[in-house]
Amino acid sequence: MLHAYAQAFALVFDPYVLTVIFASALFGLFVGCIPGLTATMATALLVPITFFMPPVPAIAAIVTATAMAIFSGDIPGALLRIPGTPASAAYTDEAYAMTKKGQAEIALGAGLVFSAIGGLFGTLVMVTSAPALAEIALQFSDFEYFWMVVLGLAGAVFIGNASILKASIALLLGLLVACIGLDNPAGYPRFTLGSTELTGGVSLIPMMVGMFAVSEILRFMVHLDPPLKLATEEIGNIFRGMWALLVKYRWGLLRGNILGTIIGIQPGSGADMAAWLSYAMSKKFSKEPEKFGTGHVEGIVEAGAANNSALAGAWIPAIVFGIPGDSITAIAIGVLYLKGLNPGPTLFINNPQNIYAIFLVFVLANLIMIPLGWLTIKAAKMVLSVSRAIVMPTILLFCIVGSFAINNTVFGVALMLVFGLLAFVLEENGFPVAPAILGVVLGQMMEENFIKSMIKSDGDPSAFFTRPIAMVLALSTIIILFWPVGTWLWRRWRRNSVLTT
Amino acid sequence: MKFNDALLGIAFLALSVAVLVNIQSFPKIPGQSIGPGAFPGLIAILLAGCSFALIWRGWRERETQHLVAMGAWLRSPRHVANFAIAVGALVFYIVAADKLGFLICGALILLALFLALRIRPLLALALALVLPVLVHLIFYKLLRVPLPWGVLPVLW
Repeated sequence: MLHAYAQAFALVFDPYVLTVIFASALFGLFVGCIPGLTATMATALLVPITFFMPPVPAIAAIVTATAMAIFSGDIPGALLRIPGTPASAAYTDEAYAMTKKGQAEIALGAGLVFSAIGGLFGTLVMVTSAPALAEIALQFSDFEYFWMVVLGLAGAVFIGNASILKASIALLLGLLVACIGLDNPAGYPRFTLGSTELTGGVSLIPMMVGMFAVSEILRFMVHLDPPLKLATEEIGNIFRGMWALLVKYRWGLLRGNILGTIIGIQPGSGADMAAWLSYAMSKKFSKEPEKFGTGHVEGIVEAGAANNSALAGAWIPAIVFGIPGDSITAIAIGVLYLKGLNPGPTLFINNPQNIYAIFLVFVLANLIMIPLGWLTIKAAKMVLSVSRAIVMPTILLFCIVGSFAINNTVFGVALMLVFGLLAFVLEENGFPVAPAILGVVLGQMMEENFIKSMIKSDGDPSAFFTRPIAMVLALSTIIILFWPVGTWLWRRWRRNSVLTT
Repeated sequence: MKFNDALLGIAFLALSVAVLVNIQSFPKIPGQSIGPGAFPGLIAILLAGCSFALIWRGWRERETQHLVAMGAWLRSPRHVANFAIAVGALVFYIVAADKLGFLICGALILLALFLALRIRPLLALALALVLPVLVHLIFYKLLRVPLPWGVLPVLW
């Protein structure tokens, strides 16, 4: 193991990889800082470039850029009252209220320092738990994998979506897209509509660029909001008083870290929900809940840490089981597959140095976040004055080239456009996009394990429940599936009994 | 643009029926109960179920939910034009890239978008000329993506 760590060090502390990390850090900070550009979009835009890199720098680029983007989303939240990424939305009003009180440096400092702490905490959990989980995962057969995928998809649909019905439809659409092409157990070309380009299936990269970048650009083209205006130009020393905050809110910070990591691990929900829940939790347990919303730093400490720890947490199921914890890791898993580095427990045995390299990148990214984040806050006025009317078309040009670059045909650009429009229309109508992307990424794995299990058991579905681990996983899935129905029935039953007595 | 749930439900139902019809022509694997059509068939049946639920929900709320509700942006001609220009730019690239080349297409697309977003004409022109060259240098030289030259001679 030590040997593998030495190898991992050599992999990460290589001038090329370090340059990639530094450049993607700046990219992530910039993207996070600009409202309308999300961490997921940063990942989607990086993918075409990572296509040309070896696996470790490719993953390092994604890990670093997203960690930075989730932090720097706090900056426009505090200065413009517009969250840079959805993960900062939970405490944007709070941070803005602090800026109005002349405490912008405390809001931003807390965002930065506790983001880094949250990220490091999530990484620590990952480093300690992932290898142990991989040991368990090695015992899994097709039955368990089938249930793991179903559990992951069920989580994506049933947890945190406004409409479970619409989330289910999004997921099923994703699964259908995954069916296109030759890559199925029978090797039969399905739904290719006579196109030779579709025989290989829908390329992940143009699809992701379309769904996460082009759709955002289309949304910007039709947005009616007034231009951005900075609330303050004076930002003092952001590190002053941070130690005192750390001591004062240590329990809240720990709670935010733990909650964030757990929500990250849970498939389908990521940094956004971690921030919302832990902000709510912070208010609930606070000694002074009446101060929340008036420019009180406590919630920012807790939720700012939670969204970054969720980011790391999401990687745990991704590298151990190949099941993404959020849409960012869904994209990252797609990248790993393209590199022939299929995520899963065997990765821990065959290529442990790659896994340890990912751990190291996480630590490194969260450490360099502090100086680079400080610089970004210093330069915030300049960054935020870059007109989005210039940034967005330029990104569209990048999208075109990125989608083209995968197969060197304009067919990729066409795919990108189709999925961009689809995501735009779906989101306008209240369909979440994350379940769809999880469906596309996991569809093939789900089908393979389903078919293999059915063949092994001679078409007898009870085999899905008889192995002990499979049964536990099946039970957890069923609990998630029936949780909403159950609570609904319970409320109804209680209301009725209240009415009759 | 917000459609009534029933309309969307009908669209998804049509999709699932199309899938179910399509898989009938898939070959069966001899000696096995499940062929390549099994998994998509299962998904399509689930999708059909969800579509019915969506149709029912749209129907139930037909009093309050219009068939098609125009978003605020659809009432502003400028924003409709913005949307059309963005989509049109991509279609233009798909059709014309191989003939005209990346640099010319890229410059035209950027110019159109910048002007639509009310960037000052001179600045828009300058950016539209410089940015495609930068992107081209990064992807063509550094990453060796064979972006089409089109009508231009190979310059670097």
